[in-house]
Amino acid sequence: MSVTVSMTVNGKAVTGKVEPRTLLVQFLRDHLGLTGTHVGCDTSQCGACVVHVDGESVKSCTALAVQAEGAEVTTIEGLAKDGVLHPMQEAFRENHGLQCGFCTPGMVMSAIELVQGRPDISEKEIREGLDGNICRCTGYHNIVKSIKAGAAAMKG
Amino acid sequence: MYEFSYQRPGSLAEAIAAIKSADDGQVLAGGQTLLPTLKQRLAMPSDLIDLAGIGELKGVSVDGGNVVIGAMTRHADVAGSAEIRAKIPALAALADDIGDRQVRNRGTLGGSIANNDPAADYPAACLALGATITTSERKLAAEDFFTGLFETALGDGEIITSVSFPVPDKAAYMKFKNPASRYAIVGVFVVKTGSDVKVAVTGAGSGGVFRVPDMESALAANFSAGTLKDIEVSADGLNSDIHAAADYRAHLIGVMARRAVEACG
Ligand SMILES: Cc1cc2nc3c(=O)[nH]c(=O)nc-3n(C[C@H](O)[C@H](O)[C@H](O)COP(=O)(O)OP(=O)(O)OC[C@H]3O[C@@H](n4cnc5c(N)ncnc54)[C@H](O)[C@@H]3O)c2cc1C
Ligand code: FES
Ligand code: FES
Repeated sequence: MSVTVSMTVNGKAVTGKVEPRTLLVQFLRDHLGLTGTHVGCDTSQCGACVVHVDGESVKSCTALAVQAEGAEVTTIEGLAKDGVLHPMQEAFRENHGLQCGFCTPGMVMSAIELVQGRPDISEKEIREGLDGNICRCTGYHNIVKSIKAGAAAMKG
Repeated sequence: MYEFSYQRPGSLAEAIAAIKSADDGQVLAGGQTLLPTLKQRLAMPSDLIDLAGIGELKGVSVDGGNVVIGAMTRHADVAGSAEIRAKIPALAALADDIGDRQVRNRGTLGGSIANNDPAADYPAACLALGATITTSERKLAAEDFFTGLFETALGDGEIITSVSFPVPDKAAYMKFKNPASRYAIVGVFVVKTGSDVKVAVTGAGSGGVFRVPDMESALAANFSAGTLKDIEVSADGLNSDIHAAADYRAHLIGVMARRAVEACG
């Protein structure tokens, strides 16, 4: 049995037919072709699938598409404007905040929510705030550095 | 996940009607426990009744000496509530330390206590603060609500609507967390109101959350961390798993309880 869902994704109104059990991440990747949002664990642990729903970070592997009915969803594809990277994306590039890049979309989405209104966020607060995001490559050091730089850049 | 139908009622009355008329309906709150459970095919409800559209289940109010929190109030909202931070800061701090940001942006008070995971944080707060749980059918004292491992007094189709927490004189929660999941290996919530002291432990008991009467009476006579120095907690009935053995958990209860008393100031 399928149902219709409608939401705004990266500023565009979208409508799709899904099963009630379709996950938000499946809707984004398989129905809309937005494969920038990754699935690392599928068990709510790793944060590779983090997107924003109404401005808040959410693990899209642990939400149903139907739960996002009427919501504003932003994925990693929605951050760059007119070919210019979001300051947080730019900070990851500048500071070598990624190696294989698998965790990066989730890291960037979590980071943007985390630093909102906190341009001077401390290293400790960043490390604690990344509780829900796992990286198997970097050892986190440059991710933390990137987020600190991104937070300062987002202020301006 | 097995197939199910999905409904999003706009009021509590509609939700009750929906759950009563479903073959095997289950309510969906934040989904942070239920969706992983469905993915593993550990449950197969015919209908999910999403409570997210019901405004009357959300929010925080202060009613005399009680803080009343709607069942659908998310962990992030409890952590950020100015009223809760002023009245029961230990409760706001507890919510702020559940899981990770993404879990706190979805997970709810009602979902946490309905699930009654033996390592969940809120059950310790409910028991130590002497909370009253209001459902679609009745009011229950926390003592009577948590009945065992993942077990509560909730009947079929009974929906939690709010939880009322009496404002204490002093309270603190200390948790020794599993570094991977952030669930409590041992968590101890200590509350002092007048001469009454309650100590509730989560994470450790094989039957779920429990109180420690020996510690409570000692602290009622002399509320200081030193009082607890000589109180041994028995490892009988405590969990042993890959994270910690029962005797280690027994030891941690003492350590966390002393830290919580110190944090009460
Ligand atoms: C990675 C991760 C880490 C976590 N870490 C912690 C932690 O450190 N500490 C902790 O305490 N928890 C932790 N949790 C669990 C989290 O707090 C969940 O949000 C919570 O246990 C369930 O709440 P929910 O709103 O998501 O409920 P759901 O998953 O939607 O529902 C859970 C159960 O409760 C029932 N239910 C929900 N609402 C009601 C209601 N109003 N009335 C009756 N029944 C209801 C549902 O039918 C279901 O059976 C973690 C979860 C994850 C995924
Ligand atoms: S894929 Fe969602 S948390 Fe890992
Ligand atoms: S860069 Fe490879 S997982 Fe983080």
